[in-house]
Amino acid sequence: MTMLELRRVSKVYGQGPAQVHAMREVDLAVEPGTMVAVMGPSGSGKSTLLTIAGSLEEPSAGQVLVGGQDLAALSRNDKARLRRRSIGFVFQDFNLLPGLTAAENVALPLELDGVSARKAHQAGLRELDALGLADRAAHFPDQLSGGERQRVAIARAVVGGRQLLLADEPSGALDSANGDVVLRMIRTACAQGVAAVVVTHDAQLASWADRVVFIRDGRVIDQTVPAPGPESLLGQHR
Amino acid sequence: MSIRHALLALLSEGPKYGLRLREEFEAGTGEVWPLNIGQVYTTLQRLERDGLAESDGEAQDSPQKRFRITEAGRDELFSWLRTPPDMSSPPRDELVIKVLVALRIPGTDVSALIQVHRRYLVELMQQWTRIKEAQAEHDLALSLAVDAELYRLDAVVRWLDAADGRIRRAAVLPPPPARSDLPRLKNRSGVTP
Repeated sequence: MTMLELRRVSKVYGQGPAQVHAMREVDLAVEPGTMVAVMGPSGSGKSTLLTIAGSLEEPSAGQVLVGGQDLAALSRNDKARLRRRSIGFVFQDFNLLPGLTAAENVALPLELDGVSARKAHQAGLRELDALGLADRAAHFPDQLSGGERQRVAIARAVVGGRQLLLADEPSGALDSANGDVVLRMIRTACAQGVAAVVVTHDAQLASWADRVVFIRDGRVIDQTVPAPGPESLLGQHR
Repeated sequence: MSIRHALLALLSEGPKYGLRLREEFEAGTGEVWPLNIGQVYTTLQRLERDGLAESDGEAQDSPQKRFRITEAGRDELFSWLRTPPDMSSPPRDELVIKVLVALRIPGTDVSALIQVHRRYLVELMQQWTRIKEAQAEHDLALSLAVDAELYRLDAVVRWLDAADGRIRRAAVLPPPPARSDLPRLKNRSGVTP
């Protein structure tokens, strides 16, 4: 089943002459296990796309389906539950809570969803362990490097088996070696079945994706075709 | 990188037999060194002639002959490492020329044309990133070589993004002043006005 589907989604802010068309009839489908990058300059509508896909905002027109469920058919509470259970967000500036340890940050979404503190903490530890961060579990965010903070944020985004990862410039604040580690982690999550949508202006970040969708003035204008294997490049050098 | 300097670099690790040099040269070439096995032995002879390497003086041209780097060879190697390559006059960039030419052809959708090139570059970058993802985490030399390609392609994508932005802005600005009022670039090359 398609994990995320946008059908002719439009978003208009403001009215009359002050109207801004942030998204215009955008179609997008993201399958489980794939990473899609939405690439465009600032003001192209890519952040709006992410908030609408994450049910944080409603489209002016069109349909958004998460895991086959039409968001328009869900009550406020159902949407909030869907966000807690199925969708994880990652932002450029990590957004970890400074008063909680790494494990507590990762466990938080489960606790908010009614899981007992002990079980949530165990799940948090498991997630950190799976992502190679077990030794950082008891550290507070200000004791972690930028790269580690973002990896904790990704663990928090996928904890409890959430299947849709929405990321806004996830490596934007990191140097390239740390950025690579974060992107490798997102790829690992995808290999385990997560569907990821990453919005960015950065071609190097976008190049980690299985598919790059180009967005301009709120419209999808183009997308990459599946690349041939890496052998085609190495061949030139051997 | 010249074969000469590649061989000096291999010899700087310690004395080596001709055959081993040939093997290491072959193994190390993947991303960094130009592969031309045929030239390995003739280059070794020249290094010896120029006093940059010396051999045990056994049988001529034998793969069993052992070479070591000399002080002069080390100096030559480090002097080469420290000499910046000439980047002052870049080669004429075909993509820049295509975009400049497109601007002069009435009715061309330059933004759409830029996107054709942008997509091609991003697809290439995806392939390089797959290589990095599959193999390079612990292979430092390959990581660095792939990064170099990614940064080079990324710079071109950024230029396309900047060009796209400028062209869009120019489309809504009032027309520029007459040509004669504009400062001229000295030794201007590329497209002649």
